Amino acid sequence: MKHLIDIKDLSIEEINELICVANSIIADENSYSQMCRGKILATLFFEPSTRTRLSFESAMLRLGGQVLGFSSANSSSAAKGESVSDTIRTVSCYSDIIAMRHPKEGAPFVGSLTSTVPVINAGDGGHNHPTQTLTDLLTIHQEKGRLTNFTIGFCGDLKFGRTVHSLVTALTRYTGIKFVFISPHELTIPEYLKKEVLAKNQIAYTETTNLEDSIHDLDILYMTRVQKERFFNEDDYVRLKDYYILTKAKLEKAKTDLCIMHPLPRVNEIAVEVDSDPRACYFKQVSYGRYIRMALILKLLDLLN
Amino acid sequence: MNIDTIKNGYVIDHIKAGQAMEIYDYLRLGDLDCSVAIIKNARSQKMGRKDIIKIDQNIPIDIDVLGYLDPNITINVIRNNEKVKKFKPDLPEKLVNVISCKNPRCITSIEQELPHICILTDPENRTYRCQYCESKVN
Ligand SMILES: [Zn+2]
Repeated sequence: MKHLIDIKDLSIEEINELICVANSIIADENSYSQMCRGKILATLFFEPSTRTRLSFESAMLRLGGQVLGFSSANSSSAAKGESVSDTIRTVSCYSDIIAMRHPKEGAPFVGSLTSTVPVINAGDGGHNHPTQTLTDLLTIHQEKGRLTNFTIGFCGDLKFGRTVHSLVTALTRYTGIKFVFISPHELTIPEYLKKEVLAKNQIAYTETTNLEDSIHDLDILYMTRVQKERFFNEDDYVRLKDYYILTKAKLEKAKTDLCIMHPLPRVNEIAVEVDSDPRACYFKQVSYGRYIRMALILKLLDLLN
Repeated sequence: MNIDTIKNGYVIDHIKAGQAMEIYDYLRLGDLDCSVAIIKNARSQKMGRKDIIKIDQNIPIDIDVLGYLDPNITINVIRNNEKVKKFKPDLPEKLVNVISCKNPRCITSIEQELPHICILTDPENRTYRCQYCESKVN
């Protein structure tokens, strides 16, 4: 049986298969509407994340399946001190597949060791969030028609933004991709990513602090939120959060087919005026998130053949 | 026990001077009934001074841990008064309950019963990472 704990668990062929299935769901959603009939997805959210939970639940409901679960640790057995292993072992008896989010890193992996049904990591602290990465890959594939040969810029908090680290790592497996990292000095991509991912795969990249000067080169611009909880000090947060705000004016220098992505929720790093620009893809990205989760559920339940 | 003659057991040689007790603890030699000799600050041509541990019993020893603790150690296997094997331990791929993950955000920080499992991710730099949260542990 297969779980999805880390995006690295998937081979490039498996990722391509998921994208391919998601593409056919997008093309004809109706023909998938009963494929999970009689199946139950358990969403075990030991910390709240309404957005991700709803995406999983909507994906299962659209496949004709049903959902159960909890949305915070207070309402779960964890509040009584039960271990992750025991909770998962119990819930395995009630469901066919589990999507699990937990504030502690590695918790879904621990769950997968005792689960008798597939476990999907729906986010474990600042560590992994593989379905977000799959969402991003599907978005790029849908918008660009390929996962090779483009220039992608990442902008904002590149130090703590796990979605960025995970997507960069996933993209290094494809060819012809140029990376541009745009961030203040305080929030540049971590050393391990430079050494153990980029340098190891001999991938060239550029680092800059200026969004305006680098935007004209980009095929994709991945914006990120500067999260308040990452800062110890309010002044640093206030000083840095407005550093890189995408506005219509900055977009004038950008390519006409630029694809603007954002994992959401946004605070103010993309001005609302940009939403109506055809290059804004971040709300489409939300739909793609549901489609790729549908494909993933089908794959892990072995319903694709 | 005559510390020079071991019948069936091990001589762990070329231990960095002063490190013998650490290895004694890691191998849980204190739990054994047999004779164990610790020789501290023995003279060594190569190392100046070294420690040696002699174990007079044919027990399974956790060679993996030795490879992690000190790759320069030599292990001599003695059977029927003869040295039948002499080797240096390899850096192990996986360490169980040898190093603890210190990451406060790791699941091991709240679930005490979980074994601390570390995986060798970069042999060149001898880097181990926690199997759960992937943070560096050494
Ligand atoms: Zn850990």
